[in-house]
Amino acid sequence: MIRYLSQRALQAIPTVLLVTILVFLMLHLTPGDPAEVFLGDRRSTPELLENVREDFGLNRPLHVQYLDYMGNALRGDLGRSFRTNVPVVDQIANRLPWTIELAVTAMGLAMLIGFGLGIIAALFHNTIVDLVAMTVALIGISMPIYWSSLLLIIIFAVNLNWFPAIGQGGVERLVMPAVALASVSAGSLARMVRSSMLEVLNQEYVLTARAKGLSERIVIFRHTLRNALIPVITILGLMFGNLLGGAVITETIFARLGIGQLYVEAVLQKDFPLVQGMTLFIALTYVIVNLCIDIIYAMVDPRIRYD
Amino acid sequence: MTDSQALSAEIANIKQNDQAYKFIRRIFRSRNVVIGGFVLLIIVFMAVFAPQITRYDPAEQFRRNRLEPPSAEHIFGTDNLGRDIFSRVLYGGRISLQVGLFSVAIGLSIGTSLGLIAGYYGRWVDNGIMRLIDVMLAFPGILLALAIIAVLGRDLQNVMIAVGVSSIPVYTRIVRGNTLSIRETEYILAARALGLPDRRVLFLHILPNVMAPIIVVATNGIAGAIIAGAALSFLGLGAQPPDPEWGLMLAQGREYIRVASWVTTYPGLAIMITVLSINLLGDGLRDILDPRLKI
Repeated sequence: MIRYLSQRALQAIPTVLLVTILVFLMLHLTPGDPAEVFLGDRRSTPELLENVREDFGLNRPLHVQYLDYMGNALRGDLGRSFRTNVPVVDQIANRLPWTIELAVTAMGLAMLIGFGLGIIAALFHNTIVDLVAMTVALIGISMPIYWSSLLLIIIFAVNLNWFPAIGQGGVERLVMPAVALASVSAGSLARMVRSSMLEVLNQEYVLTARAKGLSERIVIFRHTLRNALIPVITILGLMFGNLLGGAVITETIFARLGIGQLYVEAVLQKDFPLVQGMTLFIALTYVIVNLCIDIIYAMVDPRIRYD
Repeated sequence: MTDSQALSAEIANIKQNDQAYKFIRRIFRSRNVVIGGFVLLIIVFMAVFAPQITRYDPAEQFRRNRLEPPSAEHIFGTDNLGRDIFSRVLYGGRISLQVGLFSVAIGLSIGTSLGLIAGYYGRWVDNGIMRLIDVMLAFPGILLALAIIAVLGRDLQNVMIAVGVSSIPVYTRIVRGNTLSIRETEYILAARALGLPDRRVLFLHILPNVMAPIIVVATNGIAGAIIAGAALSFLGLGAQPPDPEWGLMLAQGREYIRVASWVTTYPGLAIMITVLSINLLGDGLRDILDPRLKI
């Protein structure tokens, strides 16, 4: 077990290294002189460009720049925003709580709805209940977050006046973005749970459990559900990633000042230090989350042994 | 050719036709394929024949008819510049379908090739390619596309590249997995023993056998690419005004959501119906081609 875990952790190292190199190279891969890219839409003069090169060390060899960038990053310094001059790390730290609040709520909602729909659909396989549940799931998947968000605003903020349309803080401002964000993940989770449940329900040990006269409740909860949920764990990582990606859109629509909204703003304003810092931060977070999920998976399913 | 040979050839021919017939019949008996395919056909038709269906140019501004609710004159109403929303939705279909197709073409061709190569050659080639894929997977959801846009700059063409490139891992992983198992089958060993060049083995003997899951993934991929493409345009990173792009139309209609909800309702419905029909089609194809695939 420990060998598998450490192996899996070691495997993540080249990924992380490559991610840092790619993120560092973003500025240099952009067509044009890096100094000009840095300046963005501002008018550039030769002196200004020279100053930028000097200040940001853009005239040094690439590998020196990279090592410097990484050295600073390891010390928690991702540079300063080119627009606001605020340290990138501070900006991320300020925005992070709002995104965590949104993502965690949406994840909880998605799991509640996804597991509920999926389990019910599997138990009533090939009935009208199944059809309705799966239609709801399919609509959830097919509905773009930006449109469901706008619909929620039209219905619940404009017409019914139940919730404030935009902003952050308090449950009333969290409900709509969380529901919109959760809908897509809930749909795909429901489909996954359903097919996983159906597969387990066909296993011989479920037949045995029924044959020896166990009550349906015990068959479902003790024998089926627990085994059906194992493969579902693997897509939780993907779900978390989609929630992070979706947060970019929901935060923009609901004007929540979170990480996603900051990222879009940084890309729109070509604020490169901010884009780089955030890309690095998000990618590393995601790699770590996936690592944790792999570990949980190995711990939950005793059949998985890689040694 | 003797009579018996001719007869067995005839029988083989009938069998093959019969199989093809059965396959086609299964396709047409699938409710999902028929409904999804039919709706999608209508959407494609409306996008292609947009100039014949509507008499308004999508960029034409009727300055006196701004933000008009749906009427006989403008069946979906007009937007803040007095443009006919119905025309814009039809022409927008062209853009979104193009984004869907081109993005998938990029992801599919590169992803499949990488998967074939990784699965077939194994060892360090496999290792190298899969590390690259791991790196791409480190950027969650739409964020890889966003990062690519940040580098390439914002316009519609870059949206297709960004969405396409970020879909590469899906294809590579599924093709690699299938190639790994097919590589060990006897007919591939036979093909290699005959001395066929790798390229022939890969593309003529392995590729056709991994097509089923690819078709399913690619179909759903078109739906995903349409959603992602419109999302990027919605965020201001893709199509630019005055393009009649669905995501962009939603973004522009946002400001008038309190007084004119139809400006956002129709492009939103258009995206959802298009995506829903493609997903239905994909689900139906999955049930027929590859029932074990869970997506």
